[in-house]
Amino acid sequence: MKLDDLRGAVAVAGVGHAGLGQAAGYTEMEILVQAAQRAVADAGLTMRDIDGICTASVAAPMWAMPVIEHLGIRPTFIDSTMLGGSSFVAHLMPALHALASGQCNAVLVCYGSTQRTSTLSRAEIGRVRKQFDPQPYETPYDPLSPLSSYALAASRHMHQYGTRREHLAQVALAANQWAQLNPEAQLREPATLEQILSARMVSDPLTVRDCCLVTDGAGAYVLVRADRARDLPRPPVYVLGNATAVWNRQISSMEDLTVTAAAESGRRAFEMARFAPGDIDVVELYDAFTINTLLFLEDLGFCAKGESKDFIADGAIAPGGRLPVNTNGGGLCCVHPGMYGVFIMIEAVRQLRGECGARQVSGAQLALVHGNGGTLSSQSTAILGTQATL
Amino acid sequence: MTLPDHHDTAPQGVEAQYRQALDQGRFLIQHCAGCDRAVFYPRMICPHCGADSLDWVAPDGRGTVYATTVVRRKAEAGGDYNVALVDLREGVRLMSRVEGVAPEAVHIGMAVRAQVAQQDGRGLVVFVPGKEAQ
Repeated sequence: MKLDDLRGAVAVAGVGHAGLGQAAGYTEMEILVQAAQRAVADAGLTMRDIDGICTASVAAPMWAMPVIEHLGIRPTFIDSTMLGGSSFVAHLMPALHALASGQCNAVLVCYGSTQRTSTLSRAEIGRVRKQFDPQPYETPYDPLSPLSSYALAASRHMHQYGTRREHLAQVALAANQWAQLNPEAQLREPATLEQILSARMVSDPLTVRDCCLVTDGAGAYVLVRADRARDLPRPPVYVLGNATAVWNRQISSMEDLTVTAAAESGRRAFEMARFAPGDIDVVELYDAFTINTLLFLEDLGFCAKGESKDFIADGAIAPGGRLPVNTNGGGLCCVHPGMYGVFIMIEAVRQLRGECGARQVSGAQLALVHGNGGTLSSQSTAILGTQATL
Repeated sequence: MTLPDHHDTAPQGVEAQYRQALDQGRFLIQHCAGCDRAVFYPRMICPHCGADSLDWVAPDGRGTVYATTVVRRKAEAGGDYNVALVDLREGVRLMSRVEGVAPEAVHIGMAVRAQVAQQDGRGLVVFVPGKEAQ
């Protein structure tokens, strides 16, 4: 099987979410199952049709097993690779192979977290993680995890390219403006650039408004082979390209804090999809922090390195701008339950189906989804398109 | 691999060797005989060339701040503190903090010098402003 044969061979047939915001009284498994059920129903299938599963959890290392148990499925394809928030974009490629080879016929990618309402405090989780996932050469200096790593990257980008806090604030403002158009977004209250700039500093140069939300939420999507997708109720959204790259784990191990492995994942995904950044109608990036949006716009080739501050000027990525970015309001303003990757897939699919209401990007045919995980550690890019892009 | 001076006979991995030297007040990095490059943090094989011929060397201690942040913390919890990435002259980067100046006075390009401090009873590499910065 050549990579080229996988281009457009598989489509997203259904998406679903549950428990966005606060899901008090529910476990993360329960909202995951709700989201999964909705995605499967959206695809016009039943859970008995699902014979492939991709899932991952922040806390549970053997997560696929209870998910399989709760869903009552007997999958012939199982992938529980954990690459942080990018996992649910990175799950695409193994799923493409499994579907194209006939190993399975319908793959459910799913995730859920009750990070917001969980009785387990984040400090407690942090303490446990230090034991199970030690970073002995960084932890003694007490960086806020993961925030300070992104702050260090921002400091470097500012130093090298003259990026200022105002530019980060413009990313937050664009996210806020998109969120106002999305009834599902959690942070919809209009904010001004001045309000964003005067927000409480957490780890210089990042303030609370530069950071993603902490919410509950679950999301899922269903993949089937393209020929089958055309017989299902929803317009198929084809997977045209996907690539994942990891260059480091720790921020201190990154060669250049202004260049992420998105430069590689993006190049490979575009190569497979046979498209270029200029062809993309809508962009969904994992904006755990405002600096991510700037770094990824550069690394993915939408502008040259260091020029994102000019690229985003005058509301270019906000509603009505030249390039719609993070149209649901992003992790900054829509939803962010520990790992956000599955939600950028869902938003891209909905945009390409044309069902986004007030925030719909008119005539969107080609979307780029970019997931990030760890501390700028894992990067996975996907290019999705409608029938017209095949 | 050449071990730092110690008297244990039990074999130890590089992390334990590094920690032991640090607890004795000595900051060591690795040098690869295969590709002549410095390596930090301690590895079992060279991340540049894959060779397993890594030796311990003492860096000269001079470095430059590559990136910096001030972590904001309430005064009653100890107040704001610095977290920085420092590039050593040998060509490796590490996370640390710059002491002896206000956390917000630490800036990219600042010349710094390594010291081994004690924290929670263990050795820890920290930096202080170097000559050029004073």
